[in-house]
Amino acid sequence: MKILVCISNVPDTTTKITFSPDNKSFNATGVQYIINPYDELALTKALELNEVAGGGTVTVVHVGLADAEPNLRKALAVGADDAVRIDAAPTDGFQVASEIATYAKDKQFDLILCGRESIDYNGGVVPGMLAEMLDLPEVNVITSITINGGLSQVERDIDGGREALEVSLPFVASCQKEITEPRIPNMRGIMMARSKPLQVLPAQGGALHTEVSEYALPAAKAGCRFLEVSEVEKLVELLHSEAKVI
Amino acid sequence: MSVLVFVENHAGQFKKAAYEAASYAVQLAAQMQTTAAAVVLGTVAEDTVRSLGKYGIQKVVCVQDALLDGFEAHAAAKAVAEVAKGIGAGVVVLSNTYTGKALAPRLAVKLQAALAAGAVELPELNGQDLMVKRTVFSNKGFADLALKTAVKVISITPNSYKLVENEVAIEVENRNGVVSAADFKAKVVEVKKVTGKIPLTEAELVVSAGRGLKGPENWHMVENLANALGAATACSKPVSDMHWRPHDEHVGQTGITIKPNLYIAIGISGAIQHLAGVSGSKVIVAINTDKDAPFFKIADYGIVGDAFEVLPKLNEAITKFKAAN
Repeated sequence: MKILVCISNVPDTTTKITFSPDNKSFNATGVQYIINPYDELALTKALELNEVAGGGTVTVVHVGLADAEPNLRKALAVGADDAVRIDAAPTDGFQVASEIATYAKDKQFDLILCGRESIDYNGGVVPGMLAEMLDLPEVNVITSITINGGLSQVERDIDGGREALEVSLPFVASCQKEITEPRIPNMRGIMMARSKPLQVLPAQGGALHTEVSEYALPAAKAGCRFLEVSEVEKLVELLHSEAKVI
Repeated sequence: MSVLVFVENHAGQFKKAAYEAASYAVQLAAQMQTTAAAVVLGTVAEDTVRSLGKYGIQKVVCVQDALLDGFEAHAAAKAVAEVAKGIGAGVVVLSNTYTGKALAPRLAVKLQAALAAGAVELPELNGQDLMVKRTVFSNKGFADLALKTAVKVISITPNSYKLVENEVAIEVENRNGVVSAADFKAKVVEVKKVTGKIPLTEAELVVSAGRGLKGPENWHMVENLANALGAATACSKPVSDMHWRPHDEHVGQTGITIKPNLYIAIGISGAIQHLAGVSGSKVIVAINTDKDAPFFKIADYGIVGDAFEVLPKLNEAITKFKAAN
């Protein structure tokens, strides 16, 4: 199968988030960037699907600047065949989906896998927008996927349970945790990644739909009120009369 | 330019998140000095539809095509977009549930609309733009997002917006034949509802535990407390990674993000990734043997103590409280 995997470059999960003094931008100083964890699952699943199918290619695509290239090389080391970077600072889900749609529309991918959301802007909007732009079906938050010929069986999380679906290729899916475990690159993969193609394409551009005007950190907590182990009844009383949550 | 709210139903019933979206749409419409209408897809009893009037919805369009009884994003987006265009909606509001997450991006593209996913407050008007506050960096921050297109789509995070009652007379318009079988691109084969358990994403009270519980065999203590409270159960990442608990109970940056009214964390130290997933909780209780555990920094109430000692006592106190109230 010919599979496309969409990759975001995001701050490491341990990052302490800070903003610029005017709160207009994210302070990236000293921040380690990683492949978005859900996208890493999508990549691993794409490789597994082709291993089951006995062949195929996996292309990773990223909308972003050159500083993401080490992570695209990592995706190649994990096992992707080639990488594409569309050269634009990603600022809006619509913009990212539009750029990927322009790239993908005449490439006849059998399957496009994404993570269910990026852990930086958390919109989770790119997979659905991309599917709509390419006029493809989309299944979001999938926890399993198998493919038999042109038909795929997937399971997705729904509110209060899980749903099994059948969908014909080609389609877009966004991956939820549980779909697989991320694959760690081995030494051979890292060596091979150096000679795999990493293509840089110009962005199409276009008007942005959204713009962040200001960031803020969550309000600091007032402080923790400590109680003794013997005071659990008092805790219950406080939750009822002071916090009013029970 | 009116406001349209997509009110999702599950087997013909509206959940709290659906009413929250309706109430949010009504308040937004008032800000914009316009009216709010709702769209409902599939088979929903008229009494249920009319319950939206309690929150100020004056008009509901029911697209009654039975095909829409099972949610499918492609067909649902077509139906909602058609209603939105028909009434000249300037803003479409929906819940940021799994259903809303599937629908909103498609809808935004169809309506050439800017999308704010996961709003946590009512927007501010800024000329033609709407400024929407949403969480970013997995709850570690907020961003005010300007929506700059003529039509806008806003999905709201469940349990972040308080219902406002405002009973009005409600007009119901039924439509049929909006979608056809060809609009359904994915076929639902089976729906497995979680039974006998409160779904974590909908829970107002959550009891969560970590490695401090020492092993899966001790989870009955957590479940007993959750049952006594009427709470959902959750866990930390190491616990789900070790398969002590299912993945769908993992809350944190790479698991589920929740914002219940009460989150009780037992034997969880409070790694930054875990705190990101739960810091939106209104009240946090941390129980940990280590008085320096990071969880106490964001907790409202804390007990330094051993889970095996505290849990049975707390369970007893809750049971006693429930019996008396």
